[in-house]
Amino acid sequence: MNPHKASPQMATQPADLAFAARAQPESRGNAAVEAALNRRYDAGFITDIESESLPPGLSEDIVCAISERKGEPEWMTQWRLKAYRHWLTMKSPQWAKLRIAPIDFQAISYFSRPKKQPKSLAEVDPKLLETYDKLGVPLHERAKLAGVAVDAVFDSVSVGTTFQKELAAVGVIFSSMSEAIRTHPELVQKYLGSVVPQGDNYFAALNSAVFSDGSFVFIPKGVRCPMELSTYFRINAGHTGQFERTLIIAEEGASVSYLEGCTAPMRDENQLHAAVVELVALDDASIKYSTVQNWYPGDENGVGGIYNFVTKRGDCRGPRSRIVWTQVETGSAITWKYPSVVLRGDDSVGEFHSVALTHHRQQADTGTKMIHLGRNTKSKIVSKGISAGRGQNTYRGLVKVEKGASGARNHTQCDSLLIGKQCGAHTFPYIEVKNPGAIVEHEATTSKISDDQLFYCRSRGIGAEDAVSMIVDGFCKQVFRELPMEFAVEAKKLLEVSLEGAIG
Amino acid sequence: MLKIENLHVRVAGKEILKGLSLDVQAGQVHAIMGPNGAGKSTLGNVLAGREGYEVTAGSVSYDGQDLLALEPEQRAAAGVFLAFQYPVEIPGVNNTYFLRTAFNAQRKARGEPELDSMQFLKRVREKLAVLHLKDELLHRAVNEGFSGGEKKRNEIFQLALLEPRLAILDETDSGLDIDALKMVADGVNAMRDPARAFIVVTHYQRLLDYIVPDVVHVLADGRIVESGDASLAHKLEEHGYAWVAQRRVAGAA
Repeated sequence: MNPHKASPQMATQPADLAFAARAQPESRGNAAVEAALNRRYDAGFITDIESESLPPGLSEDIVCAISERKGEPEWMTQWRLKAYRHWLTMKSPQWAKLRIAPIDFQAISYFSRPKKQPKSLAEVDPKLLETYDKLGVPLHERAKLAGVAVDAVFDSVSVGTTFQKELAAVGVIFSSMSEAIRTHPELVQKYLGSVVPQGDNYFAALNSAVFSDGSFVFIPKGVRCPMELSTYFRINAGHTGQFERTLIIAEEGASVSYLEGCTAPMRDENQLHAAVVELVALDDASIKYSTVQNWYPGDENGVGGIYNFVTKRGDCRGPRSRIVWTQVETGSAITWKYPSVVLRGDDSVGEFHSVALTHHRQQADTGTKMIHLGRNTKSKIVSKGISAGRGQNTYRGLVKVEKGASGARNHTQCDSLLIGKQCGAHTFPYIEVKNPGAIVEHEATTSKISDDQLFYCRSRGIGAEDAVSMIVDGFCKQVFRELPMEFAVEAKKLLEVSLEGAIG
Repeated sequence: MLKIENLHVRVAGKEILKGLSLDVQAGQVHAIMGPNGAGKSTLGNVLAGREGYEVTAGSVSYDGQDLLALEPEQRAAAGVFLAFQYPVEIPGVNNTYFLRTAFNAQRKARGEPELDSMQFLKRVREKLAVLHLKDELLHRAVNEGFSGGEKKRNEIFQLALLEPRLAILDETDSGLDIDALKMVADGVNAMRDPARAFIVVTHYQRLLDYIVPDVVHVLADGRIVESGDASLAHKLEEHGYAWVAQRRVAGAA
């Protein structure tokens, strides 16, 4: 597309303007501290690339403009408009234990992408490739991660997907959502919104109206996906929101392991990431979805950072299907998400393993929902919350057993670890059981890294910061075990850097 | 090796050590005995650098350097080791991993090369054999779910592995049955060396039947009130701590 011709209302701005503003010396003016802070969030750089963005604001015109930019068919445009109209009737929910500054939805740009649109990975702007290199996700042929196919989403668009050909050979479709809408409209139409309906909640409705890109995965009947699939989400442009939409379908007997990673530059403004992820597992299918979320968390005074408001839900549609969510949440100013599983098929299994860390002024209200509909359905929840600094960490989980779910079982383990005296940990378990035969167990603990533990480590020669990392790592071990190896290592490192300065 | 002079220490505003002096030479084993509340554990904690212990007067010199100026991990690297009276549990942290991290952190601080996991494991197995400990200890989380005796034995295992130059045993004998006590004593005796010193803090004389000290001190009301050879421990056992207090009153009169 030629941006000059097509975009009378499309603003073109160099993405580093916001960086210039950010670089103004701040009143604190302590270079050493600044350096330390900058080091702490390694992914905080900005890629100096020309981007084109829709002007800020939200209206039917904007929704249509997004759909048009993406070259979508009419049904998709109408789907978005329906969602938008529904969203207008909704109010932002207030029930979370979060302090959220009011969001001005008219101040956000809903679409931003690098100006140059590559036709294939080979044509991708070297600066973009360099960006992903720096983030440890090389995309080019020579260096791409062995055994992991990557879809790279930069602001509102996918800039490339690796291993597509190899995957296609076994029938696996792995592409950006935009591409899937064009190439596999029948699959998208069949499944999109079938797990998270357009009007599900305020942010899901907003996402349905303006979603930009995300990944589409389809594993056909009987196929075990031969490699890990992953999407790397990067927010780069300022004053934009990112509206990820991901859809994963595993047909009968299929299985797949999918990973997502997320980072953003350091900015003084809050940026919105409102995602919707839908998983569908048919008979005997298995989906494992892992997240390492490292959105920019804001500085130690709570300035800037991503608002991560996400609806993630899996549908165990067929008997004996299985969906496992594993998340390591270290980033974002505010995290608000409940990866859930609807256990519809008999004997289906849902699991949720989570580590959520809040430091400085970060807030997290996260957990899961396990909805037992089928017979002999099983769910397992392991949640590890870590609060440091003035961080506030809330576990909120629902275990619901419907009338027909005889033989349903749930086990929930919910542990909180506090570091320091100014942070908070909160637990809100909701349990609704309508079948008398169900077995639902809930265990919860709250502990502190004690002075005794710290002194014990130090008296053996281990420095205070290493000691804290070690204790936290031990606390999280149960969840890290669920992550694919290389991501477990990354998650561990992330916790270490996220906790720097937690012991003062 | 260790010279403590006129040490005064406050804990939570209360003076616990009131002018303690002690001189420990390399190669010696010193036993510190005394009634409850005399300040025995305070001494160990101050030497290892625990927070909350305020030194109001006096000095501690270790190998000629000011020990009190060092952070706990620096003291460890310099060769000071405290076997805890109540070893701490660290859930989820593998014991071997913990030990290797500690071991290599100390070596790094001293400018020595770190050991890789194979080299370290070899060393661990040697020490396990000497102490008659089971492998299983290594695979568990640090002290998690250990019995009282296992915790104490784990402390002695750490001692053997880290090879400190000054080891302080804080009531390591408390809560041990006779077999475990012997094992702990064997472990310590095997490590006695002309270059290494021990301070054995204990309430009872029993441990000193197995670890025979060079010097025995009686700590009462925050200072050393009596010192002597191993026979002093037997006298104490016979007469009780009241005997020391009486002698002090008599001496003062």
